[in-house]
Amino acid sequence: MTSTADIFNHFQDYLNADHELREDIRSVVRDLEQTAREIQTALQAIHQPSQCANFIVLCENAKSMFGKAEEQYALLAGKIPENQYYRFNDHWKFVTQRFVYLSALVVYLKEERLISREEVTKFLGVQVKREDGFHLDLDDYLMGILNLTNELSRLAMNAVTAGDYSRPLRISQFIGELDSGFRLLNLKNDALRKRFDGLKYDVKKCEEVVYDLTIRGLVNKEGKVE
Amino acid sequence: MAFNQRNASNRQRFKKNRDDIDHNHGGRDSGEKRKRQKNEVKFTIADDSSPIMKTFQLFQEELDNRNDRYERIVKLSRDITIESKRLIFLLQRVAGSDDRETLLSEAAFKLKELNASKFFELAQELDGQDPFQFVRAFSPGLQEYIEGVTFYHYLTMEKLIGIDKIQPDLTFTITVAQALESSSLNIQNTQIIDLTTKDQQKALSEENLAPKAPEEKFVSSSTKASAPEELASGNETRKISVPIPPTEYMLGVADFTGELMRMAINSVGAGDLEKPSVVANMMRVIHDAFTTFANPPRELRQKTRVLRQSLQKVETACYTLKVRGSEIPNHMLADVFTLPSAVAVDNFNEESEEVYD
Repeated sequence: MTSTADIFNHFQDYLNADHELREDIRSVVRDLEQTAREIQTALQAIHQPSQCANFIVLCENAKSMFGKAEEQYALLAGKIPENQYYRFNDHWKFVTQRFVYLSALVVYLKEERLISREEVTKFLGVQVKREDGFHLDLDDYLMGILNLTNELSRLAMNAVTAGDYSRPLRISQFIGELDSGFRLLNLKNDALRKRFDGLKYDVKKCEEVVYDLTIRGLVNKEGKVE
Repeated sequence: MAFNQRNASNRQRFKKNRDDIDHNHGGRDSGEKRKRQKNEVKFTIADDSSPIMKTFQLFQEELDNRNDRYERIVKLSRDITIESKRLIFLLQRVAGSDDRETLLSEAAFKLKELNASKFFELAQELDGQDPFQFVRAFSPGLQEYIEGVTFYHYLTMEKLIGIDKIQPDLTFTITVAQALESSSLNIQNTQIIDLTTKDQQKALSEENLAPKAPEEKFVSSSTKASAPEELASGNETRKISVPIPPTEYMLGVADFTGELMRMAINSVGAGDLEKPSVVANMMRVIHDAFTTFANPPRELRQKTRVLRQSLQKVETACYTLKVRGSEIPNHMLADVFTLPSAVAVDNFNEESEEVYD
């Protein structure tokens, strides 16, 4: 029979262990955030008119920086006890969404397609399925993709400034497809839903750019087919 | 089949929304070019074979599955809350009652039955999942249950029961075949829950219990020793459980002190003048422990404040008994307490009183 004092002592031990682990997690997440910022800075160059032709180089450069994130994720994964991912995932939710967005941007710039969930997990060195260990939560993946659309709508405008008139058409098409994809999902009234509600503004922004180009006859028919 | 239908209706809805959007911000657009553009967009939407649509269909399924499970767990948690509240009101009648034993055994039966029905279903839902993904869905019910269980054990043994004594009651041994069966029966389960909640509104007669408690199907590990034959009949067994996170347990204990306070005040009304000081001791032990915790969760800090108020009420009662006890006869002393807790009884109380009276 455990005594009352024991019950409370055990709980204090539990609290202490919990506190310590969270501190540990926080410090790894801080490093992850730093890495994400570095990649983000490297990729921001795509908005500069002079860098327009250099996308491939920029992407390769950014991609090489993911190695660091992979190590940090491995470190983080090692700290999480089995089946307790969701006890702590508030700590790394945000930074993971950021990494999804960054890796999705790299893949889009290189190949103009949507990065799959499996590809993101390869970028970060985490698992796809929850059963296999430290994984990529579906919500975080979707959230990251929604962040991508925002960045791309910005890129659509800056591409025009840089004299690339065909890119906005392709971006508009891509975001339109994503929009219809997201509409398939039955979202609850949560953060993801809120973020998704903002997607229509990105769609609108791209359509406006396309409209401006079209009405001025700045896109030829071939550009449109592409 | 249903999946396809849903997709179709989604797509339709989407088209409609889509048109709305075009109306909203496409007002200034007109002319042929714009029209062609619009048609193009529509074409992509209808195109099911696009890889993006295909992946999102998979995501839809995954999200729906998870949300459905979450909702089912919320439902179970609500049922557990209702049952636990009833249990607690029953236990409140134990203090000062002449028929203590009958009431306590009725409570024990209720506990067992709750474990066998709702908690068993909950354990099945959580089987193979990360319980922390759903902890927000079942924590209200679990806390209320802990409050009831700790109260029950306090009444029978006059001490605080630990997690290690509660957890076995929420751990079930099932055969592997059952596990498969239960996962495919999820939809049916929700229907059963709908029915039982309605039943519970009416009355909890013996007949009602029979269909909802799958008693033959499981063996609670606490009673495992008494039923080895049943285990032997299944081929392979496995344990499933509703885990009790320590924080949830402590939050339940915090609520339990509220019941202690209510009991202390009520028992004076019933003529038991010793109770408040006994209860005050118990509450003091818990209060002292709560205030010494380093880095407590935010919820626990809030509940500690409430606990302090309850404790002070009981301490005031003890004080009044001591001071006034010397001048007023015992039978009149009870009236001195204009029971604040009796007023604070919520609507639910009246409802469930009807059920049991």
